[in-house]
Amino acid sequence: MDVLQTVFWILSALAIGCALGVILSRNPINSVIFLILTFFMISGHYILLNAQFLAVVNIIVYAGAIMVLFLFVIMLMNLNADTEPQKSRLIQIAGAVSGGTLLLVVLAALRTSMYSVPLERQSTDIGLIQNLGQTLFTKFVLPFEISSVLFLSAMIGAVVIGKREPASGEETPGAALRQPNQN
Amino acid sequence: MPIEYYVFLSLVLFCIGIAGTLMRRNAIVIFMCIELMLNATNLLLVAFSKMHNDPSAQIFVFFSMVVAAAEVAVGLAIIVMMYRKVHSVDVNILNRLKH
Repeated sequence: MDVLQTVFWILSALAIGCALGVILSRNPINSVIFLILTFFMISGHYILLNAQFLAVVNIIVYAGAIMVLFLFVIMLMNLNADTEPQKSRLIQIAGAVSGGTLLLVVLAALRTSMYSVPLERQSTDIGLIQNLGQTLFTKFVLPFEISSVLFLSAMIGAVVIGKREPASGEETPGAALRQPNQN
Repeated sequence: MPIEYYVFLSLVLFCIGIAGTLMRRNAIVIFMCIELMLNATNLLLVAFSKMHNDPSAQIFVFFSMVVAAAEVAVGLAIIVMMYRKVHSVDVNILNRLKH
């Protein structure tokens, strides 16, 4: 067993352990931390697969931007293990069993049908930013431009959804609390 | 490293995401499990990209990250609005559309 295989097994074990930590920890903040660790392990796998650009983007976009957004929202709502809603034991077992059953079924279907292709060991440079950029700006330049429209619409949508409605005619429990703030 | 190891790893991560989605009631944790499933499929795409020596799959992963970022912004805005209305992130409270 050489170095790369050892790194692969360590990264895989840590990724699966951290992913289990996401769904098993009571405190949502611990879930976020475990998910960030999982993303770091997946970035390690990207580096093993010679996808250096995606590894860096994964860390910057997912661990840096998206998970910080989750963390902000959780801290804004002041969620912790005490306020965490718990499903009944039966439903939790049912969820775990159905997830495990799906795993077993797809595993059994893939084990017999897949042919083993060893990924070649020599380092390819398709994952470097130069080659990816050339592909992105020649073959995929139209989707790249359209994604900017997607971002704009997502930004406008988030602002419109997050805007407070006018307090008049509201019957939510928070309306009485909100009234003094608007003076 | 054979390709099927990566297939099985991303399959395990995907199923953990599904089990978490079914097990938890906190809307934010369910959302995080969906992110976990997205990352599992991204890992599979990158492994296949290495197998076929084709950069198009990596571009696809890049776009899927773009879409995930936009999705998180809108989804968290919806969750914050729901928290403002009902003061909870429990999805069982929202099981009726008309309330």
